[in-house]
Amino acid sequence: MLTNQTITRRKNNRSFSKIWKEHGAKYLLIMPFAILFIVFTVIPVMASMVISFTSFNMLEAPSFVGFRNYINLIVNDDIFLIAVKNTLFFALITGPISYLMCFVFSWLINELTPKVRAIMTLVFYAPSISGNAYLIWKLIFSSDMYGYANSWLLRLGFITEPILFFDNKDYVFPILILVQLWLSLGVSFLAFIAGLQNVDKTLYEAGSIDGIKNRWQELWYITLPSMRPQLLFGAVMQITASFSVSQLSIELAGFPSVEYSGHTILTHLHDYGFIRYEMGYASAIATILFFTMLFTNIIVQKALRRVGA
Amino acid sequence: MRNVSSIVATIKKAYVSRKFKRRNRSIMGDMSLTILLGLFGLFSVWPLIFIINNAFKPLNEIFIFPPRLFVMSPTLTNFQDLFIVIGNSWVPITRYIFNTFFITAVGTLGSVIIGSMAAFPLAKYVFPGSKTMSKLIVYSLMFNGTVTALPNYIIMSKLHMIDTYWALLLPSIGGTLGLFLMMNFMVQVPDALIEAAKIDGAKELTIFWRIMMPLSRSAWITLIILSFQSLWGTTGGGVIFTEKLKPVSYALSQIVNAGIARTGVASAVTLIMLVVPVVVFVISQSNVISTMATTGIKE
Repeated sequence: MLTNQTITRRKNNRSFSKIWKEHGAKYLLIMPFAILFIVFTVIPVMASMVISFTSFNMLEAPSFVGFRNYINLIVNDDIFLIAVKNTLFFALITGPISYLMCFVFSWLINELTPKVRAIMTLVFYAPSISGNAYLIWKLIFSSDMYGYANSWLLRLGFITEPILFFDNKDYVFPILILVQLWLSLGVSFLAFIAGLQNVDKTLYEAGSIDGIKNRWQELWYITLPSMRPQLLFGAVMQITASFSVSQLSIELAGFPSVEYSGHTILTHLHDYGFIRYEMGYASAIATILFFTMLFTNIIVQKALRRVGA
Repeated sequence: MRNVSSIVATIKKAYVSRKFKRRNRSIMGDMSLTILLGLFGLFSVWPLIFIINNAFKPLNEIFIFPPRLFVMSPTLTNFQDLFIVIGNSWVPITRYIFNTFFITAVGTLGSVIIGSMAAFPLAKYVFPGSKTMSKLIVYSLMFNGTVTALPNYIIMSKLHMIDTYWALLLPSIGGTLGLFLMMNFMVQVPDALIEAAKIDGAKELTIFWRIMMPLSRSAWITLIILSFQSLWGTTGGGVIFTEKLKPVSYALSQIVNAGIARTGVASAVTLIMLVVPVVVFVISQSNVISTMATTGIKE
């Protein structure tokens, strides 16, 4: 028994040293990144799950409470349910639409001449890198008649008095969606443009001989399958972004927004984590959001692999 | 009338001749799609035109009723006012600019070096743990820093990093998007080059430094852009508390927050914050696109 164990241990040792001898340099190259990745991504994800089962206020040691945070969230916290509803609704609208926008625009841009293409790329991409330029929408939808939207609607005779856009729950949500879509042509948009430029041109000629008649067939049978890696990557980027709206809502609609109309899971997390310091509760929110994002992504990845196949 | 019909005929002719080059296209389809593109392009760029115009409007034009999109008598007053406000700030503006410059430079350099060091073995070799690591990186793209912000803060405070640049730099360097792009780019560097170098007796480190890095130039330019974009806009909120350590975007946002009297200055600030990343992107656009071409989640 004992000898058997020592033998296996020796074997392991030998294979460890063998692996190190063969691959040591590779591990050394990865090490700095791996340490940062573990400290700032892996440990926080696990810590978040652990803390979500405790009551923790950053001052006293955390105490174990089992599933109480989750039960409170789902059973007692009405505002959380509003946040979940808003977030899912928001993601369900902005996720697919922004993804389609990224694709359709990159596809249309791809047919232009290189110079025009570069300009149009900038036109669509600029909002996503323009920092806090989205605050201009606050001016556009300003509540008084100096707001551009109000002033035009007044002049065109659609309304007789200014609309209080950010004080009316019927307007807050659509405006947030509009601005989020404006901001959403980011990295995935660039990836799509690049992917389209890389599609093998001879495939189109071959397809034409094989009886492809119009641009839609070309798109479905040749273009989409050729750029599947970019499509999968873009989906991940857009889904993640569509679930993580908080800054936008806080800056435009205020916090808390009127009747929680702009409240999302993330603003709820912000509330409990950085204002009330109820870390256990906030971690439960974070964990729920984490799994929501992860599962949505995995499901969509599975679905997208069937495109054009 | 004849004129019109002859024009139509020329357009059609031009189209037919183009059609030989571009298969499977119809005039109607082309036109409606161009209109669609134009409309959405306008939607995308209009708020930005608005920002540009506002920055050059004198105060009385900003508050004019009915509001106008285009500036009538452009002036640099807003920018002059901005310099006056900046000149009076307690911490000199040069200090804020230095902070942003420092954070952006170190953070960017760090992500490029550390990111490509890790990307190279993951892209080009198979070794115990390499598959797991690559998978973890793809999964990490599926959520973002917002869900780990709380434990991150606790970890950083335990490591005494709060209120230092490290709190901004290290999580940014440890981000996976840049590494992911770099990895995908390096995968398509021909293996033959590595094999040849190996035969010449080169070890991994030499191959990395002498072959991979020079060949991945457009990938690291992309990494520089992405890292620059995220660090340029950072206000250090929540992790940097000492005024002297705050980045310039914080200082500028404070100016904007001072209320309605600063509306003119605020629009100048918005324009400055907008122009810098856009210019950086314009300069590097072709490199970014050629990197993205290699990107993607492979089966």
